[in-house]
Amino acid sequence: MSDTITLTIDGVEIQGKPGQTIMEAADAAGIYIPRLCAMDGLVPHGSCRVCTVMVNGRPQSACTQPIAPGIVVDNETDEINAIRRDIVDMLFVEGNHFCMFCEKSGNCELQAVAYRLGIAAPRFPFQFPDCGIDASHPDIFIDRDRCILCGRCVRASQDLDGKDVFGFVGRGSEKRIAVNSDAKLKDTNIDVTDKAVEACPVGALLKKRVGFAVPIGQRKYDHKPIGSDIEQNKGSL
Amino acid sequence: MGKPKLATTSLCGCFGCHMSVLDIDDRILKLIELVDFDKSPIDDIKEFTGPVDIGLIEGGCCNEENVHVLKDFRKNCKILISVGDCAIDGGIPALRNNIPLKECFDEAYSTDNRLGPAVLNPSGKVPNDPELPLLLDRVYPCSEIVKIDYHLPGCPPPADTIWEAMVALLTDKPVALPYELIKYD
Amino acid sequence: MSETLESAVKAVCSECGNDRERMMDIVRAIQGKFGCVSSEAMDMIAKQLATHRVEVESVVSFYSFLSDRPKGKVVIRLCDDIIDEMAGSADVANAFATELGIGIGETTADGKITLEHTPCIGMCDQVPAAMVNDVVVTNLTPAKVKDIVAKLKADVDADLVDAPGDGNNANDLVKAMVQNNIQQSGDVIFAGMEPGAAIKKALEMAPKDVIAEVTKSKLRGRGGAGFPTGLKWKFTSDAPGAEKFVLCNADEGEPGTFKDRVILTEQPDMMFEGMTVAGYAIDASTGVVYLRAEYAYLREYLESVLARRRSDGLLGKSVCGKDGFDFDIRIQMGAGAYICGEETALISSCEGLRGDPKNRPPFPAQEGYKAGPTTVNNVETFCCCARVMEKGADWFAGIGDGQSVGTKLLSISGDCGKPGIYEVPFGITVDEMLKMCGAKDTAAVQVGGASGQMIGKNDFGRKICYDDLATGGSIMIFNSKRDLLKVAEKFMEFFVDESCGYCTPCRAGNVLLLNALKTILAGKGEASDLEYIETLGNTVIKASRCGLGQTSPNPILTTLKNFRPAYEALLVAPSKDGYQVSFDIKAAVGDAAAIAGRDSVHAY
Repeated sequence: MSDTITLTIDGVEIQGKPGQTIMEAADAAGIYIPRLCAMDGLVPHGSCRVCTVMVNGRPQSACTQPIAPGIVVDNETDEINAIRRDIVDMLFVEGNHFCMFCEKSGNCELQAVAYRLGIAAPRFPFQFPDCGIDASHPDIFIDRDRCILCGRCVRASQDLDGKDVFGFVGRGSEKRIAVNSDAKLKDTNIDVTDKAVEACPVGALLKKRVGFAVPIGQRKYDHKPIGSDIEQNKGSL
Repeated sequence: MGKPKLATTSLCGCFGCHMSVLDIDDRILKLIELVDFDKSPIDDIKEFTGPVDIGLIEGGCCNEENVHVLKDFRKNCKILISVGDCAIDGGIPALRNNIPLKECFDEAYSTDNRLGPAVLNPSGKVPNDPELPLLLDRVYPCSEIVKIDYHLPGCPPPADTIWEAMVALLTDKPVALPYELIKYD
Repeated sequence: MSETLESAVKAVCSECGNDRERMMDIVRAIQGKFGCVSSEAMDMIAKQLATHRVEVESVVSFYSFLSDRPKGKVVIRLCDDIIDEMAGSADVANAFATELGIGIGETTADGKITLEHTPCIGMCDQVPAAMVNDVVVTNLTPAKVKDIVAKLKADVDADLVDAPGDGNNANDLVKAMVQNNIQQSGDVIFAGMEPGAAIKKALEMAPKDVIAEVTKSKLRGRGGAGFPTGLKWKFTSDAPGAEKFVLCNADEGEPGTFKDRVILTEQPDMMFEGMTVAGYAIDASTGVVYLRAEYAYLREYLESVLARRRSDGLLGKSVCGKDGFDFDIRIQMGAGAYICGEETALISSCEGLRGDPKNRPPFPAQEGYKAGPTTVNNVETFCCCARVMEKGADWFAGIGDGQSVGTKLLSISGDCGKPGIYEVPFGITVDEMLKMCGAKDTAAVQVGGASGQMIGKNDFGRKICYDDLATGGSIMIFNSKRDLLKVAEKFMEFFVDESCGYCTPCRAGNVLLLNALKTILAGKGEASDLEYIETLGNTVIKASRCGLGQTSPNPILTTLKNFRPAYEALLVAPSKDGYQVSFDIKAAVGDAAAIAGRDSVHAY
């Protein structure tokens, strides 16, 4: 009784452990819930909302919502997929995502989630914002056109690197990723080996001179949808 | 009953998507069996000869002529498809979309060394022949100008993507592309 | 400048104990002294607090009353809400701009005066209104503006208050031209109470019995959400945690509401009394009032009330002589952010952070301010608590209607004869309310502020209560001559400006909704755009992380539901050729035509 919690996701009964979030319990059971701001090893952020699920009929973010006995979770329904598509569409149109020349293309989680959801083109009008690039650092650059404000670099720098290189400034649609310096990335204590650099799900924070190394057709999401690794666990519990 | 008709054009694009059409290899022979080409750079027909079943649009709209051609396609095509990222979201040309037009001209045509020699232009003047179509304030995705029925993403879309979509439409089947055929790059 | 930036930063930080949780006070102080928190100042503050610079910048860039670029010694903030607009705020803005020779968002060449717009400042009953630094000026006309600007040009510290308002507005520590406009008093809020009366009653009971009494009274939160107060206190009391907190939400930012302003002016004792009772009930020793920056003019007075209560033994060590019950209250100033009225954002702000809401769970009752169990209640709710203690739960539960008991303060503004504050029992119908405030030819009523709903005549028989038309108190009335879609546009602009930007649907979705509405208002919308708005609005409501995004599509969705013909009248038929009617080629080639110095020769 105290060791496991039984819940239902899309009609499948699964067991979770006390203290787990819905996403953690689903992952362990081989059920993939799409996500962008959530990442193993980082405190849940709950900001992208791509992992929105219905818990007993109420929308919740799976990355922050703890499991509870008997809850009924809807993950793959038409309604939820429509909401997720809208959110991913919003992320595409509120930034400038030029996949064709992005070093992250093929390994990009935003792109991969969109592929998985079968999005051929966003249904919203493109906003073409003016975001800016910071290429001051010799080994790393920030391309804010591609930033989806997931906060993974912020948390990774704080919690894994112990540095606090990044933060958010501004609010609403003016919100931007900023660095811990008056001027530029080069003036911070970021290092090319920092976990924060790896944490970026898109091509907003990248190492210089290492892009395009893997040919098209051999990249992470060229053949298998994002979440396939999690779904391999299905039935293992 | 004649064969269905197909028209294609490249607006503000690089013709890469047309290359991808040709990249269907020997299936192009089958395509010719399935359709007749109407207005298209492939057969060099300049004007629509009549109503067309499917129009393929490559490129977004960067000037008034692009808008004119796109509207012409919409008017003449039963089904209109945005083929490739430029048609869908403006693509690389849309990099200018948050730069004022004047600055773009200066960058391209000014003789001021600081602005960079985009073209050899000793006069420093912006070309202004009355016949030149006026540029739009930004590059517009096609769907902002006319209604678009289908989007085939990619830069360019894989030949298989174009082929699968064509075959589905020409055989009255739903366009349901498998995972590997939706790619943005 | 007599004081250097460096010495000022050091002094301000050390006054705040070099505590980074006091960031709001520190950056506000620097902003006040230097007209901005410059890049240099941010570095100094970060160094002084041993924190990271980006943390300082994240706060400064979040709040609209803070700025990294210099503003004038005087900042004039013109209230930009719909009620002010209906009363001619555009003329007032023009008058300011003309007299000062600058546009909105600009500063005079001598660096003395900055002119800005700001959302609702809580003066909808005396519009148009503005803030001149912390001084509120009301009932503005272009003539009055001329006078104000002349005075400020002569002396930036000029006294702009010729005739103070009624009640405590005339108090030496307030001296504001603001009027209370209490149009109707009831037995709960605007009735007398001996300071200490409620606390003494509470202290005769065990803390758990105080909670039981509040629960028995059926009191629900007055800020809008309507959570049962007794239950909230019980959760906080039951939660494990060494230190618990009582927070009062005086960040009244919902457009059209101004009831807390009047409570803070006339009944602050009652509010503090309620907070103290809460402190006793949940075993807290610290209370914080989060006061919106727009009400800074009340701060000194409120501090004096706190000081008096301390000297009267109603705050501080052993409150009312009760051994072991120590409780004190401090005031935390906001800095211009609507989102901070959301309880977890309010907590973030009190902790010296950006006003981002927090993830729930944990709820504040479990883990709130400084990670301690925290009850956050509205100004009016605390007053109700005090009255429940004084008069008993049964007395309180006897007022009102069904599950909505007690009285409710309504802030009524817009097209009516007597705007102001009305204390009414729950259950009053909209029709009764309209009669009460002298509204004629009413076409629509916005119940619950921008995040509430716009209702039409068919709904005027409905009741103001939790189970029907719930409201935190904002009531805006519109007559048949008003353009309700422009009202919706105004509210959507407000939400776009005030979204914290943390979650995707609210940050990006509201911008898209506003753009879609603007397309329709420009006469370029098609029938399919209405469906687009409905599905997009549904996503924003369902997927947003906090109450802001979960309600922000309401201005459009409720006008669309209740006034659909107004939208339909603006729609155009789709192009038979499949063109997008929203695309305007003339506008699109305008820049190029200007550069080329010619029109197109093509008949495109």
